[in-house]
Amino acid sequence: MAWVNAIIQGVLIGGLYALFACGLSLMFGVMKVVNLAHGDLAVVAGYVAIGVITVTHIPVLWSFLIVVPLMAVLGYVLQRTILQGALDRSVLTTLMVTFGLSVVIENGLLQFFTANSRGIGTGLALVTGSFTIGSQIQIGYLPVTIFAVAVVVLLGLQYFLSRSKYGRLIRAVADDKEAAQLAGADYRHVFGIAAAIAFGTVALAGIAYGMYSQLSPTTGTDIILLFAFAAVVIGGLGSLWGTLLGGVVLGVAQQIGAQINISDETLAGFIVFLAVLVLRPQGLISRGAQS
Amino acid sequence: MSLVTEATTRPAENFRVTRSRRNVAWTGAGALAVVVVLAMFPYIVYSGTTAILVQAFIVLTLASMWNLLAGYAGLVSVGQQAFVGLGAYFVLILALHGTSPFAALPVAAILSGVAALPLWWLVSRLRTGYFAIATWVLAATVMLIIEKFSSIGGGTGMPLPGLAGFSPALLTAYTYWAGLAVTVVALLVIYLLLRGRLGLVLTAVRDDEVAARSSGARVGLARMLVFMVAGAGCGAAGAVLAISQLQVQPSAVFSVQWTAVMAFATIIGGLGTIEGPIIGTAVYMVLQQTLSSYNAWYLIILGLIAIFVALFARRGLWGLVDEHLNVRLFPVGYWLRTGQRSAAPSGLRSEKRGTSARATREDSA
Amino acid sequence: MMSEPARESQRGASKRPGGERGPEKGPLLEVRDLVVHHSQLRALDAISLQVFPGEVYAIIGANGAGKSTLLRTIAGLHHPTTGSILLDGNDVTGLRPERRAAQGIVMVPEGRRLFGSLSVEENLQVGATYARPGPWTIDRVYEMFSWMRERRNQLTAQLSGGEQQTVAIGRALVANPRVLLLDELSLGLAPVIVQRIYGMLPQILATGLTVLLVEQDVSQALRVASHIHCLLEGRTTLEGRPADVTADQVEAAYFGLAGAASASQPGEGSEP
Repeated sequence: MAWVNAIIQGVLIGGLYALFACGLSLMFGVMKVVNLAHGDLAVVAGYVAIGVITVTHIPVLWSFLIVVPLMAVLGYVLQRTILQGALDRSVLTTLMVTFGLSVVIENGLLQFFTANSRGIGTGLALVTGSFTIGSQIQIGYLPVTIFAVAVVVLLGLQYFLSRSKYGRLIRAVADDKEAAQLAGADYRHVFGIAAAIAFGTVALAGIAYGMYSQLSPTTGTDIILLFAFAAVVIGGLGSLWGTLLGGVVLGVAQQIGAQINISDETLAGFIVFLAVLVLRPQGLISRGAQS
Repeated sequence: MSLVTEATTRPAENFRVTRSRRNVAWTGAGALAVVVVLAMFPYIVYSGTTAILVQAFIVLTLASMWNLLAGYAGLVSVGQQAFVGLGAYFVLILALHGTSPFAALPVAAILSGVAALPLWWLVSRLRTGYFAIATWVLAATVMLIIEKFSSIGGGTGMPLPGLAGFSPALLTAYTYWAGLAVTVVALLVIYLLLRGRLGLVLTAVRDDEVAARSSGARVGLARMLVFMVAGAGCGAAGAVLAISQLQVQPSAVFSVQWTAVMAFATIIGGLGTIEGPIIGTAVYMVLQQTLSSYNAWYLIILGLIAIFVALFARRGLWGLVDEHLNVRLFPVGYWLRTGQRSAAPSGLRSEKRGTSARATREDSA
Repeated sequence: MMSEPARESQRGASKRPGGERGPEKGPLLEVRDLVVHHSQLRALDAISLQVFPGEVYAIIGANGAGKSTLLRTIAGLHHPTTGSILLDGNDVTGLRPERRAAQGIVMVPEGRRLFGSLSVEENLQVGATYARPGPWTIDRVYEMFSWMRERRNQLTAQLSGGEQQTVAIGRALVANPRVLLLDELSLGLAPVIVQRIYGMLPQILATGLTVLLVEQDVSQALRVASHIHCLLEGRTTLEGRPADVTADQVEAAYFGLAGAASASQPGEGSEP
């Protein structure tokens, strides 16, 4: 039964991985930018949430309402200024700039907050409580809630992209930004919106991760960025549901790895990632998009 | 008058293709002199200084390799720390079996270059952005796998055997010379590679990949070769690192900070020129020495400068020097010289730079 | 520049088909001494032209003559080195492409360039997002091309070349342009399809648009144009109404043969 529990746990954490991944995937799909600082932004959001809660003593769940929009605005601004500037130069420049940002952010956090990890304590029954199915399957409230939130956000994002005006513009700009210009759309503004969405979702995921586990300055790259990327590759670019599936597969692989050997959790996930990379670079769900 | 008529009416004998603008022999002699002076350092400076220089050698070798990858082959790898670690561990494994670490160094470098092959096979098809993160994941995976072997230290690492027999002064000197040798060999290899066919292929690809391929350039082969050389070079640096630290710890040798350091040094110094990493390493060392007590600050500042340079001064510090002085310490490009040095008719300058090894990808993007 | 006023009054006085105008009405779109470079190559060398309301102005020339470069510069995708572009007397040279589209210069780019992952209707919707007020709506496009209504939800990547071209034109129309730029409509399409597409021009013009097009196929251009402009190696070699030029003159201008006489009369048109 430990295996069943592990798999369920893996599925649930997969939702969080998908939430981390969808912003990375969006930015790559629209702007062709791999934001190497993506994971660090989640950690920043977590730290900011901790700071806000510590200073204002507001309930934890309210921190989402403050930090997520803040990060979305930051995303728009950063995209319109630094990232657009890098994009105008070359792909290599954007990689170097986002990598630079990642290092600066991590070392900045290290400098001001030390290397200690910290979590977002809630004290709610939500975090510690769990329910049981049958006699041996135990599922925590928090993982289920996070999974539900992840699915809802992905659904919302999918709806936004397929039905709304800006969703259409984002998809159009992703297809052909010059043609979109000719149709009257300022692609830099659309890029900004995509970045805002990416920053917002990763902030949401980062705060959730802080509640579920601990955050430290290097969590952004050690865990979040690499896992998010693995989820994208496994699930295939171009499909939000593929990203969810990728996150779930990654999570399950990790939990199975942990069952075999407790220290092999991360390694198991990476091995599945490498296998997919070799066997099926387009991922499990492919829209014909090349990796 | 159109360009066609202009080009065909000028006599062919008036053009000459030369390797460099000034005499290569001068810079070659100069470089040799520098190396000789550096080799004498253990006799004339304090061991503290040589220790710092060993660090500089490591960084310079790494930066040169990263420059080769990103500046010439267009491969932005964020996972070179994998080879740094592999180099260190190959030395450790050989030392555990009785080999002197110094003798193990070249072997470790070669083994690292060989190890680059399967890794290349995994990531070679990926597009630039994916390639970057994939190399990062690979490096993390390599570290996790190595940590599983307790015989080589597991997760905590272990001291490097085979060094206890040396006196401190001798050990410092040998370590220094090892570092110097690695750096000289690395720069020489890079220089010779880029001067030859490989350099031509890479520059052609950088300007126009489709045209290069259709001209018969073996692009994939060229990139693989570069990846292997970089693997060997980073492995050699990792071997020196292990020797200088007298121990091998996974978190130290596989740290992504190595990529950060080599990338920043290259970017600041000048991507796409062999001289760039030399300047970048100097900047790094200065920052690191002055701010060493403020742990993370030098990396923050280095990162900010690198971002600034990448955005606003693409050619880095060396690029600024180069533009004004027009000097090349490592001439890998070609110059087109006309018979007379008088002003040419409109459209053609009297000296036109041909395929020079620069990061001109942005220009043609 | 001294001959400009004389030129304009001559233009105004002569009858240019496609709509009424008096001698005082200026050109809708004007290009003045446009010089465009591709890095070091001079692609366009002091090009000037005037397009009057209701005209079909065709730019012809061999491959590499600079036709598409000219159109793309007018649309805003290239920056001229010197020279200016005026829409209804207003200088739009400094405007980004999306701003020009908002002003009324809308281009159907070479190769269609539809949004492949979007459906037919979504392509039209994007075109209509920043539309000016005017007679063209998505419904009106469906009226003109009834097959589109039935296949509105189909991805454009699955359409044939001719169908894609019509969707591309529809996407431009719903923006309600004042000047519609058509870049190499006939490229990659069967002659029958090309004829059919060009057959729509009268309907389009009837709603008050002006058309500036680039066309490889000279006879096709001569059939639909009210004014033609020939480019060779970035320079103007011929300019005038189809009725005023002979086939020999066009051929000479197209290929740049020695002794090519310009169809333009003194004071009208530009010299190479």
